[in-house]
Order: sequence, then structure tokens, then C-alpha cells
Amino acid sequence: MARLSEKSLRIAHEIIGRYPVKKSALIPLLHLAQEQDGYVTDDAMEHLAELLDLTPAEVLGTCSFYEMFKREPVGDYRINICHGIACHLLGADDLIHHAEHSLGVRQGTVTADGISVEGVECIAACTEAPCLQVNYRYMNKVSTEGFDALVAGIRDGSVSVPKHGRLALTRQHIPEDRAAGNAMVESDVAPPWWPDDAEGDS
Amino acid sequence: MPFEKIVTKRFDDLEAHKIANYEATGGYAALRKAMTMTPQAVHDEVKAASLLGRGGAGFPAGIKWGFCPPGVWPRYLVVNGDESEPGTYKDRQLLERDPHQVIEGCLLACYAVGLTQCFLYIRGEMAHAQERVAAALNEAYAAGYVGKNILGTDFSVDIVLHWGAGAYIVGEETALIESLEGNRGMPRLKPPFFPAAVGLYGKPTIVNNVETLANLPWIIDRGAEDYTAMGADNSKGTRVFAVSGHVNNPGVFEVEFGTTTFRDIIEGADYAGGVRDGKALKAFIPGGASAIWFYEEHLDLPLEKVTVDKAGSMLGSGAIVVMDEDTDMVKACHNLVRFFARESCGKCTPCREGTTWLERILARMIAGHGRPSDLSLLVEVSENISPGLAWPPRQTTICPLGPSAVSPIASSIERFRDEFEAYITLSDRRVIPVGTA
Repeated sequence: MARLSEKSLRIAHEIIGRYPVKKSALIPLLHLAQEQDGYVTDDAMEHLAELLDLTPAEVLGTCSFYEMFKREPVGDYRINICHGIACHLLGADDLIHHAEHSLGVRQGTVTADGISVEGVECIAACTEAPCLQVNYRYMNKVSTEGFDALVAGIRDGSVSVPKHGRLALTRQHIPEDRAAGNAMVESDVAPPWWPDDAEGDS
Repeated sequence: MPFEKIVTKRFDDLEAHKIANYEATGGYAALRKAMTMTPQAVHDEVKAASLLGRGGAGFPAGIKWGFCPPGVWPRYLVVNGDESEPGTYKDRQLLERDPHQVIEGCLLACYAVGLTQCFLYIRGEMAHAQERVAAALNEAYAAGYVGKNILGTDFSVDIVLHWGAGAYIVGEETALIESLEGNRGMPRLKPPFFPAAVGLYGKPTIVNNVETLANLPWIIDRGAEDYTAMGADNSKGTRVFAVSGHVNNPGVFEVEFGTTTFRDIIEGADYAGGVRDGKALKAFIPGGASAIWFYEEHLDLPLEKVTVDKAGSMLGSGAIVVMDEDTDMVKACHNLVRFFARESCGKCTPCREGTTWLERILARMIAGHGRPSDLSLLVEVSENISPGLAWPPRQTTICPLGPSAVSPIASSIERFRDEFEAYITLSDRRVIPVGTA
């Protein structure tokens, strides 16, 4: 599978340019690889290693720590049902049970048309419990009927969420003429607005 | 001074995330004002406001800022927007609904402490917050509020949007820095890695929570005196609490810090409106999954840091979770412990092994295979993670995650021992085929 495409590579270089140390760009770039292919491929990890002067093992080391990175195909639509304490109190377990039955898959497996469901830890929507995310887009106060309607909507195309891998639809862009520039680790100079006599701030 | 909202004041305006709406309601006025002040004067104002960090530990922000060693450059700002403590729901709202307020707070902190680059770390799962902040940053750069020569002065700083990939532990400040360096998010040993001295790339780094920074524009605009006029002795200003669980009107409420009580916020008609369906309160978590549970007798305590600390728990991240009389406390305890077991980073043995075993024992109990020795076993394993089961928890680990997993166990076994025993008694009566338990 794929290394980064030309388009992804352009975005990658812009991201790398925002950090004083290249390796800091690794997690955003892993997201970029996942956005391109739906999951993080071995080839993409090797490509990231080349871009960031790392070994592929270092890239895998970081990639494998984080829940959101998938290293095998996981389908286009991931439904993450929160089972944190607030959602637990308001019926998350029943909702997950219903989801498994109505989709006909266990947690962590994918339907033939690319939908999967998983119980996940608190997603910070506790006052809207029980809640879920489809590809990291929220749905609040979800009933079993609401869940079925969501799945029907995904299947007939009326629910539009970006496919798994794409997070924010807006990207940060720092215009060249507005950039302050990276604070390089070795620079060792006080910032220009820092008064000379304020050296030892209290 | 009468109470007024500070950080959620624009939440009624659904377009408040746009720069025009922000500017029209006093936005970036504090930044303009700060440009007429010295960095030290801005720092002093924040110190005088005695703003407590809103991430969980509640350390005074102005004092934390002063810990950067003099003459060591560059210094960085890392914004902790990795909100994931179960029950906590405030930073995501601030980022989605009023992102410019957070950005202005970042700028004020950078100016005051001489921080020359800011990384705004947003939790990976929060796609909408990421796009709102990205859009707001793009607007703020175009308008000259962020970047080179801000408002025509010699103050220059880039704010870089960074996003994570799913790991609760990254909310711990040294793990956050590890993650921002592109590594596995495992906490660093303190000392030597106190971020203000040795942080990002080994350089002085201030790590502040989103809500903490969101308070700064108001403080600079209105002054520390107005800020300290609100709140109690040790807890000034306002604070945002999320009340969830078995209540009539779960919600996120900004209240005067230190004077409002748990009863006000849980039962008040303007707030969560009481336990739902007329049920009785069984317990509530006062400050996120890591906190010791509170009960009926704690309802009249004020939401004030020192008082709650003294009562044996914490306000933590402002997450109040209410459990009614029908709640199965063994299952609630298991739910919280499973969270810590799944989120343990694996660096320290007591946490990695301990939380895993605690989760297994509780799961076994719920599945009907509990053993009479399980209660003492739960306590013994907990003691190995946090000796004495004291509050604040003693640590055998680098960070507080493991010891936090002990809180729900200490709470529930002490108060609801009979429920654990009922599970065990029930399972004793079952015929369990040999080899399955």
C-alpha cells in the first residue's frame, strides 16, 4: 500500500515546517497517512520515517501507542459508543449490546459494507449521555431507535460524515508573511519584547 | 461584586467562534491593553488574581509562570486541551464555542512570560474542536493578532495547532510533552522534568489548561481586583462544572467559585435540577473519575478547593457525576477501574499490573464468579499501588494515574461493602463448572 501521495506530501511539508524539531510532526503525519488510506500502512510509516529522519521502528513505536491509529483496514465508518461513567449510568451497555445485534458484528469487527462499532472511553460529552461518535463526529443522547436511524442514514447516504481517517475539515495555514517562525531549541536569545532589565522575572 | 460569567459568557451566541462576533463583544481588547503594559505587569495582574489552574491539580497559574529559570531561552507554551477525565466536559466547549478567547489567553501568557512559540494540543477525538480552532487561528493570523509583529509591536509568536491520537495519559503534563515530541505518551520522572524548568525539547515550558487560559482576557481587561471580588478565600473568580449522570437537567454550568455548594449545582432549578425521577441520591463523584466519592452529607460543602480537599476528595477537573439509589455500585466501580486499566501507559509496574488485576477481579465478581477472598484481595492490590489508601493518594508510580484507580475502590468498598458481598454470596450459590472460573 501507499506511501504519501503528492497532495499529502505537500500538506506534510507544511506541517513539518511548524515545529522546531521534526519528530514533533509525527502524530499529525500519522493522521495524514490514515486520512489518505483509511488506516496507517507499513509503506506510509516507512515514508514518514524518511521525512522525519527516524527509523521505521520509531514511527511504529509511536503509532502503536495511540488508540486512534489503525494498522489494518477498519471500514469507512467507525461508530464509537462511549462507555465512560456518565454514559454507563444512562445505559451505554444496553446501547452497545443493541448495536452489536442490529449490525450483526461484535465490537472490533466490520460489516460487509464497512461499518464497525466499539465501546470507547469517555469522549467528553457527559451531559449528553449516552453519546457516540461516527468517525469522531458527535451524536448526543442516543436511543436505540436513534442508533438504527443513524445506521440507515449511513447506508442510504443521508448521513454525511467524512470517511474514517479525516479529522478536521479545516486545516491551519500560517501565511509566510505572517509567520513569527519557530523558536529553535538552540537559539538562546531573549524574545524581542522582553525588557533588558526583566531578566530575572520574579 | 455580583457574579458574572467569564469564560462561558458568549455561549448564547452560536456564531461566537467567528472573529467578527468575538471582536464585537470585547474580544482582543485585553491583548491591546497588554501591549501597553510591561510583561511583568501582565504577569503581576494574573498573580494578583490568584487564578488556580483548571486542569485538575489547581495550582496557581501566576506562580507556575514564575518557575521558568531566568535567562534560559527559548521558552514554550503548551496548551493542554487533551480533556479526557471521565465526567469532564468543559474544555471542548470552550474550544468549539469560543476559540478566540482561548487564543487570546495564549497570547497573553506568551507575552507575560516571554514564551516564543505556543503549541495548542487538542485531543485527537475532537475533530470539531480542531476545525474550529484551525479556522479561528487562520482568522487571527489574517487580522494580525497572531504571528509576526502582533498589532504592529515587537511581540511575535506563532500558535501551532497540534492534535493527539487517543490516550488519556497524555493529559498528564510531562506525558503531553512526550507526545508533542512525537513519542509514546509516557510521563517523565519529576524531578528533573518539571516542565517549567526542563520541558519541551528540554527547555522551560509552561503547560496550562484550556479553561485556565480562557480566564486571562477577562482578568487583563477588567483587572485582578474585579476577579478576586468573586469567589471565596482560596478560590477566586468563576469555575465551570459539568453535572452528569442521574439528574433531571445535566449540563455545563459556570458558577461563582467557592461560594456555590454541591446542593446548589445538583439540585438547583437553574442548574442540574435534582436527581431524576424523584429518586434519592446514593453518591456523587465531585471531581472526575480520580476523585473519592461524596454522599448526601457532603451536599452542603461549597465548590471550593481547600474545603473539598479537607473533606477528603478533590474538585479535580470540574466533573460532577451523580448516581441515584438504583445504581449498582460494584458495576460503577468496575466501570471506573476498567477506564484506568485500559488507559495505563504501562511504564510503572504497580499501575500496569495493579489496575489490570483490579479490573479482572471486579469483572469476575460481576460475572458471578466472585470469591470470598476477593474483597481483601482488591484492598491488597490497591495497597500495592497506593499504600495506605490515603487521600491525597500516596504514589508508587511516576504519575497519579495508578493511584487514581484506587479511589473508586476505596470509596465503594468502604460505603457499599454489602453490595460486593451480595455479588460474592450470589456466586457462591451457583454451580460453576470446573475449569471455567
